[in-house]
Amino acid sequence: MLVAAIFSLTVLGAVFGLLLGVAARYLKVEGNPLVAEIEKLLPGSQCGQCGYPGCTGAAQALAEGNAAVTLCPPGGVALAQALAAKLGVEADLSGVEDKGPMIAEIKEEICIGCTRCFKVCPTDAIMGAAQQIHVVFREACTACGKCEAVCPTESVKLQPIPVTLQSWHWHKPQTGSTA
Amino acid sequence: MKLFDLRGGVHPEGKKNLSDERHIRALPLPKKLYVPLQQHIGAPAAPVVNVGDKVLKGQLIATAQGAVSSSIHAPTSGTVVALGDHAGPHPSGLPVPTITLESDGEDKWIATEAVADPFALTPEDIAARVGAAGIVGLGGATFPAALKLNLSRSSGVQTLIMNGGECEPYLTCDDRIMRERAAGIVEGIRLIAYAVAAKEILVGIEDNKPEAIAAMQAAAQGTAVNVVAMPSMYPMGSEKQIIQVLTGREVPAGGRPADIGVLVHNVATAFAVQQAIRFGKPLLSRIVTVSGGAIKTACNVEALVGTPVQELIDFADGYSQPAARLVLGGPMMGQQFTNTNVPVLKGTSGVLALMSTEIGQSEASPCIRCSTCVRACPVGLLPLEMAAHIRTSDLAGAVALGLKDCIACGSCSYVCPAHIPLVHFFNYAKGDLAAQERSKLKQEATKKLADARLERIARIERERAEAAAKRKAAREAKERAAKEAAAKAATETG
Amino acid sequence: MNPIAHSPHAHAPVSIGKVMATVLLALVPATLFGFWLYGWPAVNLWAVSLIAAIVGEAFVVRLQDRKVRPVLMDGSGILTAWLLALSLPPYAPWWIAVLGSLFAVIIGKQVFGGLGQNVFNPAMAARVMLLISFPLEMTSWVAPSQSPGLLDSLRITFLSQPVDGMASASLLGHVKTEFTRGIGLDQALAGYYAPLDMLWGSRTGSLGETAAVLLLIGGLFLIARRIITWHAPVAMLLGVAVPALLFNTIDANHYAGPMVHLLSGGLMLGAFFIITDPVTSPNTAMGQFIFGLGCGLLTWIIRTWGGYPEGVAFAVLLMNAATPIIDQYVKPRIYGRDRKGAALPANKG
Repeated sequence: MLVAAIFSLTVLGAVFGLLLGVAARYLKVEGNPLVAEIEKLLPGSQCGQCGYPGCTGAAQALAEGNAAVTLCPPGGVALAQALAAKLGVEADLSGVEDKGPMIAEIKEEICIGCTRCFKVCPTDAIMGAAQQIHVVFREACTACGKCEAVCPTESVKLQPIPVTLQSWHWHKPQTGSTA
Repeated sequence: MKLFDLRGGVHPEGKKNLSDERHIRALPLPKKLYVPLQQHIGAPAAPVVNVGDKVLKGQLIATAQGAVSSSIHAPTSGTVVALGDHAGPHPSGLPVPTITLESDGEDKWIATEAVADPFALTPEDIAARVGAAGIVGLGGATFPAALKLNLSRSSGVQTLIMNGGECEPYLTCDDRIMRERAAGIVEGIRLIAYAVAAKEILVGIEDNKPEAIAAMQAAAQGTAVNVVAMPSMYPMGSEKQIIQVLTGREVPAGGRPADIGVLVHNVATAFAVQQAIRFGKPLLSRIVTVSGGAIKTACNVEALVGTPVQELIDFADGYSQPAARLVLGGPMMGQQFTNTNVPVLKGTSGVLALMSTEIGQSEASPCIRCSTCVRACPVGLLPLEMAAHIRTSDLAGAVALGLKDCIACGSCSYVCPAHIPLVHFFNYAKGDLAAQERSKLKQEATKKLADARLERIARIERERAEAAAKRKAAREAKERAAKEAAAKAATETG
Repeated sequence: MNPIAHSPHAHAPVSIGKVMATVLLALVPATLFGFWLYGWPAVNLWAVSLIAAIVGEAFVVRLQDRKVRPVLMDGSGILTAWLLALSLPPYAPWWIAVLGSLFAVIIGKQVFGGLGQNVFNPAMAARVMLLISFPLEMTSWVAPSQSPGLLDSLRITFLSQPVDGMASASLLGHVKTEFTRGIGLDQALAGYYAPLDMLWGSRTGSLGETAAVLLLIGGLFLIARRIITWHAPVAMLLGVAVPALLFNTIDANHYAGPMVHLLSGGLMLGAFFIITDPVTSPNTAMGQFIFGLGCGLLTWIIRTWGGYPEGVAFAVLLMNAATPIIDQYVKPRIYGRDRKGAALPANKG
């Protein structure tokens, strides 16, 4: 009785082990299409705030599981959730500081027209020429913060995008924890 | 006539007796009128007047922009004193772009073109005149009427349904206009039917308005207009629901009534159409019900578009007690406002000052899954499940349950014994999804920009390298040529 | 500035507290009848159940750092304890009531996250727990209409002193016992089954489960007040009556008829007050009908072929577990879409 039990379980284990081994060999996926898919989700502004060299590097790290889904500050909570869904992991959003959508704004009084910011802007969202005040195209700015870092007069600052009649929508109802 | 069953629905207390015996009275001419550029679905109109311009009553002051938009006319004669932001009835409380008009007290009309036989006009002409008159759906949706006429004519409408449901509690403006201006409405209905070549004309009126039904039936004698009494239930006056009740058919999800050969217009819109076609008068005013437990004398007034709401409240002898909440429109789908300086718009059907006992709202408690909301939903959704998904930020889950089919009628919130703000959850989710969609589009655009920049930098580098290589090659060639020349010279001399 | 409130700006005059109060009101006639039938021990047991539930719930809600008052005021804990008390043997000792009530409100409800979150009906979960853990106490029935004095009753409830000559068996239990002795149904029922007594509730059984007519009236009252709908109760009664009728016609000596089944055990209480618990039943009318039918069929199967004489509690718990799957598959059709969720075709007709 005991021998039979041990025997049958051993056989079962061996058969399933063999099956798994065969499956691993024949159903192997070459390369990693995930990297490309993840990169598509990322902002693509190559700002480097995640600590990786550009969005491709970040996608690589995410695909290998070396980076948290919350690594991208410009992407905010929405991106973290999208990445978590893509990678099939649970997103720990407690650490994400989501200040809502931001945008670079230039204080015209203190802009000296040094052109440093528009040279670093990854999306050409800043327009200007030497010795002239620069302006930000709201539609093109990803709030990567590169301009803020290079501005010598602290004239460029990231600001929350002002709410307009077009962008306003109802807030989430607060109904307590249990409701 | 056989009526069809409606799913769900609720029976809120009507409260129509507060104002349904009040005749429509014209509001005294206000000193200042605040006419917002957006009083309709679609793009805001663009002003065609400047500060300081004198305008006459009925003069075009802002013109429609783009495919979906509507023109706006001066509600009275006077001077344009400001173009800019003014408090508006937007739920965000943000000011809205507005033309401010100071009336000169003369109320002097611009020259208008009356048409003796409107049925001699072509259908296209009627639609064009309706568009030029700035007429929008007066039932509350404020969709440009001319656009609807054109869409319906091109897609071949069989049935014209005129909505006299007025299922919102308190409101009696449609009731009164049907009682008092039935002849004009019926002519307007016939004009609309003519403009879209409708074969069947149904006027649906809830059976809690017997006088309106009688008046409309009398006016419709001998015409193709068929007045039908419908059971009183909320939301009977919703476009999709009135179609279902009267025809037994449903508008396909994501589609329009024209997809099933139906056009729905509000009865007050028909009156505006008649005024525009027969007398050449643009839409300048509308009937507004001023009511609610905190209003001293509930009434129905004809108010010019742009009239500050405070003037309507004053006309109703002010408050009988402090109002717990001020609402524009009906209590089920209306919009709370706090600034009484906001103007009456083309789509403003009511001004309500409600007591807290009338609102009956209390703190939300946990959902006990009683599914009263499921029974109340006229669309067949599962409000409790959708709200549960949205609460945990699973908007995709809510969409899968049919969030986008929700008509935001508020029946679920009305009946919920736990007082969960269900429809608020749904509108939050709809807004957030739209915002996500916008940011996704922006992200795609900025990504293209970033790629273009990288490509440009690479190209510049490449060109630089190529230029350098070219220069180098040229230099070398020169040197070689020089060398060869030198060598040649050497041999020649040598 | 206050944030703008979202519409609607009108609300039906309803609340969870009012819903629970209406259900409690509907239970009052059957409960009072139980008190009259079994005397003071029944009152003691009912009171102990309620007190234990209130104290126990207040304690755990405090542990969670939540406000106690709103939780107690919604009345759901009281309703759970009340239903549990009605399903207990009237002379059961006090600690059965305490243990059951605490289990119901703490393990059955609060552990899941409080009102609205629990998967299983708390009262039935507690009853099954008691039945499995304390089979003796939970099946010690007494014949009705004995009226021990107040002092005796306190001895019965709190000192578990058996009173001579009171022991009796419930009808379903009796039949089951007789079956094991090879005695047929007609003999077993002889002298035991009096339809009229069954109808009015003058029979051996749980504290508040016996008065079929009063429970029916309470249930109809709830349907009239739109607290519950007819779907689940009717389906459960059908689920018991139809197979009972079928098998009774085939072999009357082995299978009890529909009236015996409908009027005995906890069926009436279960059909109108237990399976209509909104939290643990499906959302849609169709789903509730399926749910009720399942409860009825399982009850009949357990009664007929199971090891226990009564099966309502087990049937309810089994169907509770099936509720999410019923909700997954039984959904209303959405306006403008077909049953599968695809948009209806455009048709200018």
